[in-house]
Amino acid sequence: MHNSIQAQAGVKTDAGKRQPFHIKGKYALFLMALPFLALVFVFSYLPLYGWIYAFYNFRPGIPLAVSDFVGLQWFKSIFSNPTQTGEVLRVMRNTVAMSSLGIAASVLPVVFAIFLSEMRSARFKKTVQIVTTLPNFISWVLVYSFAFMLFAVDNGLVNQILIKLGFIDAGINFLASDSHTWLKMALWDLWKGLGWGAILYMAAIAGIDQELYEAAKVDGASRFRSIWHITVPGIMPTYFVLLLLTIANFINNGLEQYFVFQNAINKDQIEVLDLYVYNVGLLGSNFSFATAVSMLKSFISVGLLFFANSLSKIVRGESII
Amino acid sequence: MHKRLSAGDRAFHTVNYFVFAVIALLCIFPFYYLFINTISNNDLSSRGLITFFPREIHFSNYAQVLHIPGFGHAGLVSLGRTVIGTALTVGGAAFLGFLFTKQEMWGRKFWYRFIIVTMYFNAGIIPWYVTMLNLNLTNNFLAYILPAIVSPFFVILVKTFVESLPAALQESAQIDGAGYWTIFTRIVFPLITPILATIAIFSAVGQWNSFTDTLFLMTDQNLYTLQFVLYKYMNEASSLAAIVRNSSGGQGLDLANLQTPTSIRTTVSMIVVFPILLVYPYFQRFFVKGILIGAVKG
Repeated sequence: MHNSIQAQAGVKTDAGKRQPFHIKGKYALFLMALPFLALVFVFSYLPLYGWIYAFYNFRPGIPLAVSDFVGLQWFKSIFSNPTQTGEVLRVMRNTVAMSSLGIAASVLPVVFAIFLSEMRSARFKKTVQIVTTLPNFISWVLVYSFAFMLFAVDNGLVNQILIKLGFIDAGINFLASDSHTWLKMALWDLWKGLGWGAILYMAAIAGIDQELYEAAKVDGASRFRSIWHITVPGIMPTYFVLLLLTIANFINNGLEQYFVFQNAINKDQIEVLDLYVYNVGLLGSNFSFATAVSMLKSFISVGLLFFANSLSKIVRGESII
Repeated sequence: MHKRLSAGDRAFHTVNYFVFAVIALLCIFPFYYLFINTISNNDLSSRGLITFFPREIHFSNYAQVLHIPGFGHAGLVSLGRTVIGTALTVGGAAFLGFLFTKQEMWGRKFWYRFIIVTMYFNAGIIPWYVTMLNLNLTNNFLAYILPAIVSPFFVILVKTFVESLPAALQESAQIDGAGYWTIFTRIVFPLITPILATIAIFSAVGQWNSFTDTLFLMTDQNLYTLQFVLYKYMNEASSLAAIVRNSSGGQGLDLANLQTPTSIRTTVSMIVVFPILLVYPYFQRFFVKGILIGAVKG
């Protein structure tokens, strides 16, 4: 396939050379972009063909031609097979719970930015910003390593301190535990993303006309009244756009964070959709069922994207995509 | 002009300083704690007795973890994908972003959207995995590089940046008979280096931190990255500690320097995070600009 494209490419450029610049440019530009477009096609569009596996009894290595065509069996089993229905419901509950906590926590970067921009010392502001943004740039594996170091049952710092202070007699196993899993994941997410999330709001606040604050001060407005009536409305548009994007990604929470924190004990609480598809599909080798689940997931998230987009059109008068 | 603060203002600022100091401390402390554990007496650190200050400082852990089989190689793989991947991502975004500013391109609007919409959907990991399998990109170093060359977000950043440049620069070169390639390399490329620096940094951090692609696609140990071996070591630290104890002759070392699961975990983590800490002070000034441009257009 690649060879034929390249061959065509050669022919067209040669033919184009005799034409005036803007006509020649028309195809020359396209041909220059073609290798990149081909990459996008191969890595982003070609996999869509793989949705066909959801309708077969597919095993990797066995050609599709000799696999059994099973129609909608895998989709039906999500709803009719009690074990699978239970599994999918459990996974959906985890997904919805963690995404909801994420949405609830999305106001914290706003609060963070508002109060940080009230600070008078520019150096302090800058230092706080630099330090709190750092966790955004480390991988989840490293976050897990931090978690292990701080919360391990035998030699973790937190347990050592709690024991020394006499609150507990033996270490608490924070990591291999099935209590508060959703909250713990949300807190790690917050630790990693709070400072980073605040950057956009800091910029939005810096863009607010300073005269508004001076006018408010002359009118005798207190600090909190200024914040409430000037700063908050000033950053609402930014918050709203980001909120819509979060809604659009409601069921795409990714799997890296949950994968590294996953263990036998917290698995029932930590498995979100993406992780479930990985566990069932790539690890459990149930390719067809996992494809069916992720297909449904894609449809729901496209639906959510359009929902968020029309919400944006209604409220802001412009679309987000 | 020195204004006197009211009592309320003073209370507000005190609370504010205190809360932000605590948040900043929570963010930075794990990095500090990791570091002091790698340089302290290994016996003490494995028993959790290092709290806020290092004790009996030594640096031998950093030499000893290199005895873990495959660790050095994983470092090379990570370095390789970061350098090559970043160079190609930056080159791809720069050239493609430039091409998409050319109104006369055949089907420009369509092809631009063709790329941008891929930000909003994906087929899911199973079809993606099977595609990679069919393309022979499992257990293949190219799987780290090729899918990263075209990144829609970076293409948007470059396109926006090029459009903000004065059009006259390119037009005059065009009149002098320069082709697109000459215009790109001689005129546009030097002017867009600020945005390319931003892209290079994001891309390099992304490549260095990438973990799931190794997890999905690679079973060959020669292609493991540092992030991936760190994840493995988290679970295998005890047996690795034994291997290192044996391979470094063990006997000559006292308990303070002997490798423990804790020393293996912390030292490897420190080595993995070190490059990020090293470049962070230089690149943090870029990212505000980067995400702001992205936020406007994204």
